[in-house]
Amino acid sequence: MNKFDNIKKLIVKDQLKLDCGQTISDFPIAYETYGKLNSKKDNAILVFHALTGDQFVTGINPITKKDGWWNYALGKGKAIDTDKYFIICANVLGGCMGSFGPSSINLNTGKPYGNDFPVITINDMVNAQYFLLKHYEIEKLFCVTGGSMGGMQVLQFVANYPNASQTAIPIACTSNHSAQNIGLNELGRQAIMADANWQNGKYGETNLSPNKGLSVARMAAHITYLSKDALQEKFGRNLQERDDLKFSFDADFQIESYLRHQGSVFVDRFDANSYLYITRAMDYFDLNKKFGGNLSKAFEKSKTKFFIISFTSDWLYPSSENREIVIALNSIGADVGYVEINSDKGHDSFLLDVPDFLKALSNFLNKSYERLNEKRI
Amino acid sequence: MKKEFRIIADLIEKNSRVLDVGCGDGELMSFVLNNISNDIRGIEISKSNVQKCISKGLTVIEGDAEKDLFQFPDSSYDFVVLSQTLQAFLNPEKVLDELLRVGRKAIVTIPNFGHWRVRLNLLFKGTMPITKTLPHKWHNTPNLHMCTIKDFSNFCEDKKINFIKSLALNKERVLNISKSNLETRNLFSDLGIFLIQK
Repeated sequence: MNKFDNIKKLIVKDQLKLDCGQTISDFPIAYETYGKLNSKKDNAILVFHALTGDQFVTGINPITKKDGWWNYALGKGKAIDTDKYFIICANVLGGCMGSFGPSSINLNTGKPYGNDFPVITINDMVNAQYFLLKHYEIEKLFCVTGGSMGGMQVLQFVANYPNASQTAIPIACTSNHSAQNIGLNELGRQAIMADANWQNGKYGETNLSPNKGLSVARMAAHITYLSKDALQEKFGRNLQERDDLKFSFDADFQIESYLRHQGSVFVDRFDANSYLYITRAMDYFDLNKKFGGNLSKAFEKSKTKFFIISFTSDWLYPSSENREIVIALNSIGADVGYVEINSDKGHDSFLLDVPDFLKALSNFLNKSYERLNEKRI
Repeated sequence: MKKEFRIIADLIEKNSRVLDVGCGDGELMSFVLNNISNDIRGIEISKSNVQKCISKGLTVIEGDAEKDLFQFPDSSYDFVVLSQTLQAFLNPEKVLDELLRVGRKAIVTIPNFGHWRVRLNLLFKGTMPITKTLPHKWHNTPNLHMCTIKDFSNFCEDKKINFIKSLALNKERVLNISKSNLETRNLFSDLGIFLIQK
């Protein structure tokens, strides 16, 4: 029995042409839903997860037994209120929580795809998830939202399906991956591929995994999710369970021990090849280029109401890159609001208990929903 | 709602496209949204004010009017509103040009430094005037370029900006400003409200 047997899955029978040229069909998209879809089907929100997220947004993840990644923001009575809205979240194409990904078994060989899996893009991820709307026969979502890579999917979704959502909330994201972003991702990929256990991507056929490499990738990435101030405040130069330096390469400092822990727990829940594929998809993301260097064109056909949120201490997807999206929307007179939230918690702010952020999110959603209903009367 | 906002709202045509530059906590925007036009946006520099606007369901962009107006295309709004902020910019002329580029029409209000109380204050006390419309001290005022109703009128004239409507607010009284009464209005008015066009 497979550990993913008891989770929700949509088997997509249609053909999906990927950006790389290959066509896939009969593939699973694993997903989860929260709340109830009302009879008018006007309260549905599609949430897109970030690089290492999954469909289990809130509550306890049944596979990892850990808290959902957006517990602070989404749930009963929370900013995205499951008492009001029907939330759908799918594991991305290329992921490792039940959706079609490199750890899926290739029926032709009986072995995991490994690096024979096609290189996927943010566009492919979004198109794959669109099948869920058809499945639920939802003509128009109330909202699409997500942070980081989730935000990129929000942008791509509106570009692909201009009028499939009333509102869109891209959070802490960018319309194209910068050289710094690509460089940092490449660092993670090289760490994985440098691990002898990676075996050219074929580790799924053995009982070894590139845990060391994946853990180093996670450690490096984790630093980028936090701000310098937050790290300094939390750890400073504090020593780990010792009174003095040991003159060795043990984890003398608390920050070292913390990162090692983050790396080691990550490998229990994430697949190294998925990490390669998903980071690649992020690197390939360039909505500007796709629309001839003019991001505005991506949203020209859309009447979607945008609300963009960034965080002051986020240096991975800084406010300046989020503002580029605001500018592109303003220059075509689109309906766009923007707020930069004060937070010292870095890029991870969107996942954490940041009251100003949660307040803005909840107010925007609830007021927009009220207004849409007023209009209809 | 304060009198100034009522006058501004009266100048805005029904169902027109409106941009409120420096929209504060969204008081004017809410009124316009509920009574005049549902196509209204705001720009606001203060994070706490932006939050207040969001809580009222208003579309607001956190930003600095001095730097961020460039992103709006020419004549993309029917009315651009700037309430009592022109004097606080580093470069008011540039901002005014931008307002008139983005908006077909602009509504600009200015606290009048020419009011007799202000003049007497400086003349007799010898200190920078503090009044109801100008409540700050010299060292903490956001106002960098104070001007009078007369200054603003002359300035617009030099720049070949057309006045569609010029109003003076003195306490609760609203009066027209014309060439012939400019000196008097300049002496007795708290606020000038101008509907202008390039």
